[in-house]
Amino acid sequence: MSREDVLVTTQWAEENLDSPGVVFAEVDEDTTAYDAGHIRGAVKFDWRKDLQDGVRRDFVNKEGFEKLLSEKGISNDDLVVLYGGNNNWFAAYAYWYFKLYGHDKVKLLDGGRKKWELDGRELNSDEVKRSEADYKAQDQDLSLRAFRDEVVQSIGAKNFIDVRSPDEFSGKLLAPAHLPQEQSQVPGHIPGALNVPWAKVANEDGTFKTEEEIKELYSDEGIDESKATIAYCRIGERSSIAWFALHELLGYSDVKNYDGSWTEYGSLVGVPVELGAK
Amino acid sequence: MAADDSCGAPAQVATPADFETGGQVVLAGKVTGANGPVGGAFVRLLDGGGDFTGEVVSSADGDFRFYAAPGDWTVRALHRSGNGEASVTAEGPGLHQLAISVG
Repeated sequence: MSREDVLVTTQWAEENLDSPGVVFAEVDEDTTAYDAGHIRGAVKFDWRKDLQDGVRRDFVNKEGFEKLLSEKGISNDDLVVLYGGNNNWFAAYAYWYFKLYGHDKVKLLDGGRKKWELDGRELNSDEVKRSEADYKAQDQDLSLRAFRDEVVQSIGAKNFIDVRSPDEFSGKLLAPAHLPQEQSQVPGHIPGALNVPWAKVANEDGTFKTEEEIKELYSDEGIDESKATIAYCRIGERSSIAWFALHELLGYSDVKNYDGSWTEYGSLVGVPVELGAK
Repeated sequence: MAADDSCGAPAQVATPADFETGGQVVLAGKVTGANGPVGGAFVRLLDGGGDFTGEVVSSADGDFRFYAAPGDWTVRALHRSGNGEASVTAEGPGLHQLAISVG
């Protein structure tokens, strides 16, 4: 797999806005940015309303995913190019969903909305209407998704990549620094986890670093390439970036995203927790 | 905040000088350019070692706010008109104000 198989540049995107069979989709939890201006022709995914179950803590099921994509006018053979704010966190999370549900023709816009804006490229606020499609999803590919029992059983046996900031990892903070800190779970991290904050794989404009730089980064941090890897953060968004870097860019075969992440793990009774910097 | 609320950065609002910090270290301020406040700048919080900690998008009035911990911090703003940064040492809880100019 090469970078071009999983990422498109903002330049490529601008040149392919009208290409048949290419659908752009903006993914965010706060869609006011989309409503004010989006890439021309891009459909909108609301992370909370469209991609979450709504009652249980889980994401939209197979039927829900089929209905959503059909309504958005996305067909099984379309190439979907995902982008969003927040350094593409939600777009990377959505990319992971698309792969979970068996949609292989999906790519991320490298740098997301941020790079597009920093480039000074055009945004428009026209309503986007695509004719309804008949989308069929596959069963979730659980080789990409880790659940809590597997996480607990894998301590000491698999690599854990904790992509939260060093202060969240050590237990000093319970959430990213742009959020208030009241939380129910205990602070800390999964024993033995490596702390490789998600932003280490990205340049400041939001684009991914080169594969060589990313490989060196994880190797310097002590990843054991002979072992499987589970990435996590607080709720599984930022770790989608690390999952993307490890599984899609570097091509490591057994990499899972643990979407339960710290808000689940840090609330489990009786599981081991480690405190302090690495 | 509910446990499953996302980690996305909230919309930014102004932080008055008498802002109730609730015992937290709050770093806040405005991004300005040649023609006044700069909205839509990508404002990044870097720790004492220069490592990325968080990012928000400045409000239309240029506002940004972070909840941090005591220590040395740099806030760096990226905008298509240019970049800029400012640093602060937070000795303890309370409001620490920064002004950043870009362009």
